[in-house]
Amino acid sequence: MTRATATVDDSALLKRAGANLNSRMGLLAFLARRYPLGAAGAVIFLIFVLLALFADATGLDPYATNARLSLAAPGFGHWLGTDLMGRDVLARIVHGSRISLAVGIGSTALGCAIGVTVGLASGYVGGWFDLAVQRVSDMLQSLPLLVMALVMAASFGPSLGHTILAISIPLIPNVARVIRSNTLSLREMPFVEAAKAIGMSEWRIAVVHVLPNTIAPLIVLATAQLGSTILTEASLSFLGLGVPEPHPSWGRMLSESAAEYMRQAPWLVIFPGIAISLIVFGTNLMGDALRDLLDPRQRS
Amino acid sequence: MASYLIRRLLLMLLTLFGVSIIIFLLLRLVPGNIADILFDQAGMVDPSEKAAIVTELGLDRPLHEQYLQWIGDLMQGDLGTSYLSEKPALEEIAPRIPISARLAGLALLFSVVIGVPLGVLSAVRQNSMLDYVLRIVSLSGLSMPSFWLGLLVLMAALALFGNIPIYTSEPASFWQTVALYLVPAAVVGFRSSALIMRLTRSSMLEVLRQDYIRTARSKGAPESSVNFVHALRNAVVPVTTTIGVEAAFLIGGLIVTETVFNIPGVARFLVEAIRWRDYPIVQNLVMFIAVVVVTVNFLVDLLYMVLDPRIRYAE
Repeated sequence: MTRATATVDDSALLKRAGANLNSRMGLLAFLARRYPLGAAGAVIFLIFVLLALFADATGLDPYATNARLSLAAPGFGHWLGTDLMGRDVLARIVHGSRISLAVGIGSTALGCAIGVTVGLASGYVGGWFDLAVQRVSDMLQSLPLLVMALVMAASFGPSLGHTILAISIPLIPNVARVIRSNTLSLREMPFVEAAKAIGMSEWRIAVVHVLPNTIAPLIVLATAQLGSTILTEASLSFLGLGVPEPHPSWGRMLSESAAEYMRQAPWLVIFPGIAISLIVFGTNLMGDALRDLLDPRQRS
Repeated sequence: MASYLIRRLLLMLLTLFGVSIIIFLLLRLVPGNIADILFDQAGMVDPSEKAAIVTELGLDRPLHEQYLQWIGDLMQGDLGTSYLSEKPALEEIAPRIPISARLAGLALLFSVVIGVPLGVLSAVRQNSMLDYVLRIVSLSGLSMPSFWLGLLVLMAALALFGNIPIYTSEPASFWQTVALYLVPAAVVGFRSSALIMRLTRSSMLEVLRQDYIRTARSKGAPESSVNFVHALRNAVVPVTTTIGVEAAFLIGGLIVTETVFNIPGVARFLVEAIRWRDYPIVQNLVMFIAVVVVTVNFLVDLLYMVLDPRIRYAE
């Protein structure tokens, strides 16, 4: 379904369902009532975004060590306990949200940007270019995300930027495939024919008319990928091939001393794991709701 | 049909050829090779020794020569020699495959046995309390990193039994087998079971709305027969694809779970080989994974035809 028809249908549908389309807040309130789980997911995600944005303002120092406080249990002053070096676990979790979100959002955005360009070009140019893109996609998709990201992370070397790049490349074929198939069906739509009839160039049609109509599936796909990119970053860091020290990464918090000291200091295992699971849970809830809202085939 | 199969096989070969080039080049992008690592970490101070290692391993030869040598040897079943252990790579990789394969097989079995019935239950009781609980549990399964779940299981074992299971190739008792294989398999399969449950649910919901289901009910077929015989048979077709894809992609879960449980399978071995820049091991293992994934995808396509006779691939 294209936006040209979907927009009309959707607003009619939303109005019939009782949505107030005159104000943004009204629409948001309606969507929150309609998709309570999705709204809960969005709230969880937003909390982590705010934590990441205002981590410095909390006054929590993730790097301050204190040998006398090594493996201190959760309590006053250190609400989630301390690690082997006496660093505050809460501070590291709050600052770790920056790494998680930077890699999650960064790699999803980069993978989507390249994937959209390649998918749009592939669907529009067709011929040999399309065939080549399809085959390269096959190659990249024949390896699991984590294996591909592991090899790439090792190749590029440990850094925040390289981790983002390593996770974004395996995403490109997924995005390119969805955008390509959308482009192929959009090319046959009457509004594209109309644009051609008034003499618009092919590239202008692709960018001005076709591209905006692929936004809805792209949002659904990007939100679905966000959770898996955050999990992949955590796995890479857990295996020691992700974002390097001194950045506080949730995945590495679990690998550093957590496994060794799980008997004396179970908080080292429990809290970073909860943080990872919660943020991915939030994005998954949000992704499900967005898919229901934007993908007419999935709508119940 | 025959031409479809031939085309698919040729495409598989082309894909694998491409993967081999990508992997080969990626590994050569790595800053520093095994000689650098040995030089830095083992404290070898004589640069001539380092140069000798580089020459011995052929790392100073042009890239295309190194690639052709690798592929040529691979075709003849020679996987090269591990830089680290200096044993033939095949000898290092082969004994580890059954360990990972057994773990992956059990994980897949776990995910299907748990995922499919719960998906059916969730669809049949749509919008009930049970449905909501199952949906939230399945979404949590997709959100929890496998390595964290593994660490939690180990913590629970510590709290309950005072120790954690240590891998052995010959478990002494039934309970040791459970602890060494079934528990890690459940940890790996938990995520897939959540995925399979969600897909079975949505596929069942679609099928349950169809006319032939109403006909079956109006004929007086018992509810269990409508759900599990009439509906599930059609609903399971798209689920098969996911099961197939998950079978191949379980390797991601295996990598972290084998690391957490200290299981000497191929997945953990891959991480170690990557850390040590042991090219013969890494490139052959990654190729092995690609072969498994591509073959499984092909088999799933064929299985699709068997499960749904309406599907016929164009000549």
